[in-house]
Amino acid sequence: MIAIVDYDTGNLRSVCNALDRIGAEYCVTDNHEIIKAADKVLLPGVGEASSAMQKLSERGLCEVIKGLKQPVLGICIGMQLMCRSSEEGNARCLGIFDAEVRRFNPSPADGVKVPHMGWNEIHNLQSPLFKGIDDGAFVYFVHSFAADVCGGTIATSCNGREFAAAINKDNFYGAQFHPEKSGAVGECILKNFIEL
Amino acid sequence: MVAKRIIPCLDVKEGRTVKGVNFVGLQDVGDAVELGRMYARQGADELVYLDISATVEGRNTFTSLVERIASNINIPFTVGGGISTIDDAARLLDAGADKISINSAAVRNPQLIDEIASKYGSQFVVLAVDAKQIDGVWRITTHGGRQLTEKELFSWAREGQERGAGELLFTSMDHDGTRNGYPCDTFAALASELSIPIIASGGAGSVGDIADVLSKGKADAALAASIFHYGEITVEALKRELREQNIKVRL
Repeated sequence: MIAIVDYDTGNLRSVCNALDRIGAEYCVTDNHEIIKAADKVLLPGVGEASSAMQKLSERGLCEVIKGLKQPVLGICIGMQLMCRSSEEGNARCLGIFDAEVRRFNPSPADGVKVPHMGWNEIHNLQSPLFKGIDDGAFVYFVHSFAADVCGGTIATSCNGREFAAAINKDNFYGAQFHPEKSGAVGECILKNFIEL
Repeated sequence: MVAKRIIPCLDVKEGRTVKGVNFVGLQDVGDAVELGRMYARQGADELVYLDISATVEGRNTFTSLVERIASNINIPFTVGGGISTIDDAARLLDAGADKISINSAAVRNPQLIDEIASKYGSQFVVLAVDAKQIDGVWRITTHGGRQLTEKELFSWAREGQERGAGELLFTSMDHDGTRNGYPCDTFAALASELSIPIIASGGAGSVGDIADVLSKGKADAALAASIFHYGEITVEALKRELREQNIKVRL
């Protein structure tokens, strides 16, 4: 059973739909015991970093997540919350990954847009999470802030500057892109996570 | 660098797509989910579903259709048509839409952009603008181009970005439906002024037109309806031709 952490930050539906399509069993919950007992944990999220951290904290989920031993995957904001801090709302985050999350600088003349929205390539893939995925595969991103490349970076991408498209430390994984919206490539990554 | 996006647009009336020819292997081209899945398989980067129903029943049917699209399609999709309140936006978000596009309602009530963006994020809000050139000035129109407003394209686009729109979808009413191509100079000028992505719509008659608006026009994405629905070219074939012209696309 996969626990999808529910902390009231918008739409969990697309993650649920993607898990339905690959036939995975899941529950959406903020219950500490269910999360601790799950085989895998997904921390999704859209929204703003500081308010998302506050919501995690209000539900007592910060320590629960940091203490998990099973594979945990943070998606988009979920990954950013697992970093040290975010410029967005000056949020202090969970500090699982030793990375700063910084805003992109738009540069219309060079085609660098903010939000970074659309399909971009991922490179330097170094994890079983990317089993069967080619270097340069396209995945779908929607974000204005991104983690710097750091130790534990298992995929990189570029929007004006190179950033960490995915990070791993111990049992914790983060994906800045949306595997649930990334077509067949995304479904493969989700399946790989389930098989970790 | 992010790839240029190709976005088929499907018009939906009373829950059924209204354009489209019989594609090989498709049982029912009127089924918005099946048609969308086919485009996704061909390599569409996103889909746009526009509700053109005029009735309350049609609107409700559209919401349940959005739920079916969300369960069945594994790429992002935008829904638009008739969204005039934050409650409309919330209903479509709950049904599983990744983005909503707003047009006339934002012109009437610009605050709507702020409200939706602050509640659900800029990534959820596509500002659609229809404009036509009058005496050298691009003026915003509403109601499918039938009503001319006092707003000017560039200032309205900047205002929309400042209010929180995450993307701009621009249709030139002078070019829409003509199949003579896009006003590339205007697109390029918009791209140099805005930091948010720009989607070009209306006017594509050929692969060359789409290549031009993505390169010379510096648009981030091209939205098209007829060239796909009437089977003139598949999304995949279009993207292969774009790549041959050194335009970065996802294949």
